[in-house]
Amino acid sequence: MTDTTRAVARPAEPEAGGGRTAEVVRGVLSSSTTMVVLSIVVALVLAAVLVAAADPAVQAAAGYLFARPSDFFRASWDAIYGTYSALFRGAIYDPLANTPQRQIRPITETLTASVPLIFAGLGLGIAFRAGLFNIGAQGQVVVGATFAAYAGFGLHLPVGLHVVVAMVFGTVAGAVWAGIAGVLKARTGANEVIVTIMLNSIAGFLMAYLLTTDAFKRPGTNPISPPLDDTAMMPNLLGPPFRLHLGFVLAILAAVGVWWFMERSTAGFRFRAAGLNPHAARTAGISINGVYVWGMVIAGALAGLGGVAQVLGTEGVLQDGVAGTIGFDAITVALLGRSTPLGTVLAALLFGALRAGSPLMQTSSGTPIDIVMVVQAIVVLLIAAPPLVRAIFRLPAPLPRTGRARRRASEEVAA
Amino acid sequence: MTTLTAPDPGGLVGDVAPTVQARISWRAPVAYLVLGLLALLCFGVFTPGAARSTFTLATPADYWTIPPIVVPSRLAAVLLAVVALLLAGYAYLRTRSRRRIGVWAHGLLGLVVVLAFLVWADAGKERPITLTNLLVSGLVLAIPLVFGSMAGLLCERSGIINIAIEGQLLAGAFLAAVAATVATNAYVGLVAAPIAGALVSVVLAFFALRYRVNQIIVGVVLNGLVIGLTGFLFSAVLSNDIQGLNSPPRLPVLAIPGLSGIPVIGPVLFRQSALVYVMIVVVVVLEVLLFRSRWGLRMRSVGEHPKAADTVGINVNRTRWRSTILGGAVAGLGGAAFTIAIGVGFNKEMTGGKGYIALAAMILGRWNPRGAVAAAVLFGFADALRVGLSLVGTPVPSQFLAMLPYLATIVAVAGLVGRVRAPAAEGIPYTK
Repeated sequence: MTDTTRAVARPAEPEAGGGRTAEVVRGVLSSSTTMVVLSIVVALVLAAVLVAAADPAVQAAAGYLFARPSDFFRASWDAIYGTYSALFRGAIYDPLANTPQRQIRPITETLTASVPLIFAGLGLGIAFRAGLFNIGAQGQVVVGATFAAYAGFGLHLPVGLHVVVAMVFGTVAGAVWAGIAGVLKARTGANEVIVTIMLNSIAGFLMAYLLTTDAFKRPGTNPISPPLDDTAMMPNLLGPPFRLHLGFVLAILAAVGVWWFMERSTAGFRFRAAGLNPHAARTAGISINGVYVWGMVIAGALAGLGGVAQVLGTEGVLQDGVAGTIGFDAITVALLGRSTPLGTVLAALLFGALRAGSPLMQTSSGTPIDIVMVVQAIVVLLIAAPPLVRAIFRLPAPLPRTGRARRRASEEVAA
Repeated sequence: MTTLTAPDPGGLVGDVAPTVQARISWRAPVAYLVLGLLALLCFGVFTPGAARSTFTLATPADYWTIPPIVVPSRLAAVLLAVVALLLAGYAYLRTRSRRRIGVWAHGLLGLVVVLAFLVWADAGKERPITLTNLLVSGLVLAIPLVFGSMAGLLCERSGIINIAIEGQLLAGAFLAAVAATVATNAYVGLVAAPIAGALVSVVLAFFALRYRVNQIIVGVVLNGLVIGLTGFLFSAVLSNDIQGLNSPPRLPVLAIPGLSGIPVIGPVLFRQSALVYVMIVVVVVLEVLLFRSRWGLRMRSVGEHPKAADTVGINVNRTRWRSTILGGAVAGLGGAAFTIAIGVGFNKEMTGGKGYIALAAMILGRWNPRGAVAAAVLFGFADALRVGLSLVGTPVPSQFLAMLPYLATIVAVAGLVGRVRAPAAEGIPYTK
């Protein structure tokens, strides 16, 4: 993608009467932040069109559009406003709730929903920047959740120790699961995209199988585990009506840690070098195979932590669908966040808000939850093609970049 | 699955020291031996001596009826395992003399091991294994995989990675169901399905070719987009009027006169819906055209070495546009298998990862139509086996049988059984 940007970025023509101000304006308009904001706007507009088109009242009003156009526009506005206001009330702040606690609960739900996305997204970001296309976060989240849950209900340990052991179980499981793909790539050159996709499905079946065994299943017919011990659960940060747990703090700490690792540590430098140009990195004496293995292991450990946070933080029980689509959403999170820790956290908060707000949207305005996936997909598609966004809004092409800026940009692999 | 046994031809080493030969790879004989011993120990020796296994082959419309086959379980399984071990010996001899192991040997080994497994699975059971039904449902389950792998092949042979097969199948399933319901004619759905798949491909090609976005990203995101879009329309529109929008008629079964009455072969190949016949035609046409026509040569050259293709006057990106859209249309047809082929309405995410298995089938088949079909049918059969065995009741958890295609693919791409090599220019955007 960076090739795209660069190829399209023609040398700036000196504009007549331009000067510094025009240059700054141009810089702002073509910046990647602008691209992200505009992509989100386009996605929300397209989703609004879908919502309006699928609304029965709008369809009815469209039947006599030319007789009374105001009806059509009012119905469309009602459908769109109803959907997005409900989304807002479910994700940020609910002025209609009875108690102040209930009013601010939505924002904490957003934070809670973003925790697994931050973890998994950080892991994918590291892999992407090391030149690894890890599509397998879903499988890594699943095994992470499975093993963390097992430690949660299978072992009975004292307070404090229990939750740590459960976290270690899940993290190691995720790391090993991803490590399979890393080792295979390093040893045999097997394409990590294919291997991780296959491992996703295998992880799903593995969990489904384990949930039929006596070790994992609670007595009864349903494939659901016994509830986790209280000692294994992550401490709640704000008290009962809220679900925000310690995992959020850990996720932010992980983001800081990943930033330090990628930007300041030698190993992180090796990862970035291997991602930018494996041949040059190998010539410089960096073990590319080591990067493949450890890149996947670290990515898998973080994705596993995502599964851990889901089970030990919010769910408290292992059952089919516990991982939802966290792994796949995390891919879009990492892409939207341009594989940087700060970007990943912000993107995870955005998608966390969409996840947290969508149930209320579905119940109060009748708009199906699936619209959230459409928004996510369109955002990422547009982010990946900046020239398209520029064409839609008739923005200027970016100025030729300085060496440093270009290096930074090309490190944002993939996105 | 063949091994590299030939001495390294050409190259620098060959000229200087002709006596130097490539090391013999013993992977194939070892794999044969492991499978043979597995069959002998697991399925043969541990089967109770008195147990019997029953297989039925007959279906009601056959010209003549083949009586059910009853075999003593342990003896049959041991005999089959011995055949597998003999094949292992054959593989050893061929490998030692640096010759290739014939494809027939792989096929026979697979057949023998599967049969031994079936004998063991049915040992002492009341219910017979209905072998013909197993084959029929295997083929039916393989339809989306075959179409999907052909779609992947069309795209990848021209240099476009198509991860969006899943989305194309889903889009095809959706539009086929809606179009067939609205027109109350299943064949309208059969026409609509490829259009939906092609539309997904247009988006894929638009981003991959016009904006040179990473093709894996576009594919993954497109799958999400189609899942979201069809799910949204399903909940917001289809579920309000299930009778008028989402109750498609079923494609009628067209029995080919004369051939459909042959036992075993008839019901499997000649008593199917139009979709299966279309599938057979697509596969045969692709197999011929890909390797024997100007169109195929051009497509492959674009996928292997776009610069060379461009130099001789082939329009690289136009070729890629065309084959990507054609691939999407083929995958869309496969989507019809989920709805109109069995007369079921559309449901959310009803393709359930079949697009990824189709991708796996394509890789296992080494980007060749015949290989991909073999792999797809194998996967379909494994799926049918999973369903069939859960009826009979066996100690093997169905989840492990379901994992089989995925495990086989990992083994294949890791090069544990022979080498698989993708088209050289796959996934790399071309600019003059």
